[in-house]
Amino acid sequence: MSAVEVRDVYKVFGAKADAAVKMLKAGKTREEVAEATNTVPAVIDASFTIERGEIFVVMGLSGSGKSTLVRCLNLMHPPTSGSVLIDGQDLMSLTPAELREVRSEKISMVFQHFGLFPHRTVLENAAWGLEVRKVPEAERRERAAEALGLVGLAGWADSYPGELSGGMQQRVGLARALATDADVLLMDEAFSALDPLIRSEMQEQLVSLQQDLEKTIVFITHDLNEAMFLGDRIAIMKAGRIVQLGTTEEILRAPADDYVRAFVQDVDRSRVLTASAVMEEPVAMILRREGPSAALREMRLRQTSGLMVVDERKRLVGAATDDDVVRMIRSGADKLEHLMTADEVAQVGPDTPLVDCLIPSAESRLPLAVVDDDRTLLGVIPRVTLLNVLGGNDTNGAECSPDETSAEGGAAVTTAATDGEAVS
Amino acid sequence: MVLNAYRLPVGTWVDSAVDWMTDNLEWLFDAVSAFLKALIDGLESGLLWPSALVVVAIVAVLAYIAKGWRFSLLTAASFAVIAMMGLWDEAMSTLSLVLVASSVALLVGIPLGIIAARSDRFSSMLRPVLDLMQTMPSLVYLIPAIVFFGIGKVPGVVATVVFALPPAARLTELGLRQVDPEVVEAGEAFGATPMKILTRVQVPLALPTIMAGVNQVIMLALSMVVIAGMVGAGGLGAVIFRGVTRLDVGLGFEGGLGVVIMAVFLDRITAAFGDRANKRVSH
Repeated sequence: MSAVEVRDVYKVFGAKADAAVKMLKAGKTREEVAEATNTVPAVIDASFTIERGEIFVVMGLSGSGKSTLVRCLNLMHPPTSGSVLIDGQDLMSLTPAELREVRSEKISMVFQHFGLFPHRTVLENAAWGLEVRKVPEAERRERAAEALGLVGLAGWADSYPGELSGGMQQRVGLARALATDADVLLMDEAFSALDPLIRSEMQEQLVSLQQDLEKTIVFITHDLNEAMFLGDRIAIMKAGRIVQLGTTEEILRAPADDYVRAFVQDVDRSRVLTASAVMEEPVAMILRREGPSAALREMRLRQTSGLMVVDERKRLVGAATDDDVVRMIRSGADKLEHLMTADEVAQVGPDTPLVDCLIPSAESRLPLAVVDDDRTLLGVIPRVTLLNVLGGNDTNGAECSPDETSAEGGAAVTTAATDGEAVS
Repeated sequence: MVLNAYRLPVGTWVDSAVDWMTDNLEWLFDAVSAFLKALIDGLESGLLWPSALVVVAIVAVLAYIAKGWRFSLLTAASFAVIAMMGLWDEAMSTLSLVLVASSVALLVGIPLGIIAARSDRFSSMLRPVLDLMQTMPSLVYLIPAIVFFGIGKVPGVVATVVFALPPAARLTELGLRQVDPEVVEAGEAFGATPMKILTRVQVPLALPTIMAGVNQVIMLALSMVVIAGMVGAGGLGAVIFRGVTRLDVGLGFEGGLGVVIMAVFLDRITAAFGDRANKRVSH
């Protein structure tokens, strides 16, 4: 069962909303319908499912209907037609009291301008959802304090929101949403009002929180960089419709139309793309047991001056350069030894953003090795590939598509790369 | 002139409406009258029962709580001046009229403001009524009040309520509408009931504005109570009215000074509580 399921949702503002939906379903354009019925069609025919633990981003410019769409998910704006299912439960069929229960237990929300209660302390703000649910005072305080701890505001419980900086205020907003233990988190432009530095700090904090909490997050933003940094999948909205829905790589590689293409041009690829998205099949590679002569043959064949050396289970054990191999052959060695050890090979994790691949790549003679936690060699990133991708060249996927790696799911970017970013 | 050809009998219409009301709603007016009279008399005798010194001490303490020592001393001295002018009974009578009229105006006006803040339609219906109530010369209210309730304190209070009520409704509505919609949404998004959002979020945040309304209501009530002195409501209004009819400048001034002292006291006290509400909200 999906965490959130949205089926054929339309939201039209105005007295003749139902008539407007009928016209839209009959294929009339948004402008025609707006003109004819004097309504505002804000969301048109939205359908998608969000899996548990996913960060689903809705991206669009102001007026594209993204904020309305997110409010359809908790029925703050009840859809004009269609259905919204949370945990398989159809919200449209609930009584107002049942709906309030769902809001207090299953869905919580973080707001663009924080929406904090200025007359309540930070702790009382964080405890709001629990207070609504009539949780006893002592437990309420404890759980709210716990949520404040999660977002790094442990010492601020008795302050008032007005005494905090913007970034800290939004942490209170986040703590308020986390305190109820709701599975689904709606974040409406949650970081848009923050300074750029604070903003990327918050994005990173959200990603690392998400690794522990595994909430289902619906994140609204107008910034494609933010969308691609955070999102497992991204829905791009324009004039009420979802024009493209896909992973970061899918959208970068094949923008659905000119509207999306225009956005994609401005994306900071170094931050939204991960090593796994651009890495290539390691071809300059040799098994350790094969020996120096085989290594030399391999290098001549590939016309390269370095090889990744792996064991039978494809785990990285080191690297061999042409000097090493030639020296070994001269000294009559029949085994690959005195290699560059695995620790000395420049390597990154599959989820490392490209921005963090630049320095290791620049400092290494060999292509960058992409390894998982067991040091299994997943792929390599030659410097030329990195430069090509960061240069905005869209053709990177054409011939050396990292097929099996991107299939496993996209751009769950983390900054917590494997600690082996060791530079040789 | 074409518009002269027909005399529009607005006055006649109002007369017949008033006639109908006196004939058919007498029971209602009697009940309201009895209730208000009991309230006013009760409060007045409560204020007059202890020695004036005790009451002066009480207002001084209130003033101290609201604004501190200096205001407390000023209040005690000025209330003593009222007593020494021989106008104590009249002042207490006026105070009880003001308090009863203001309370009724707030009890009716604040809920009206709350409904108006939640319903645009109700708001647009209420607004012209409030405009009428505020701009109609206040003396005019005395006429039907006398017709319905006779002479005395009750018509004075009723006319005062009508005159003083609009700011309570208006400023309550304004205050509630000024609450950041995102904050209200935040209340809603976590499943709070409309009542909980109203009492725990909207009213606390609107309190400074609502308190400004309370302050205005009391000030308007005080000004109207003086006029109500003309219809036998007694108190300082009667003193002033006597001064006017006898061309007794001294008497008029004494009564007027009493009103000013009360006004300063009530204004500063309510404004201080408004400031306090403001401080709580604007951390």
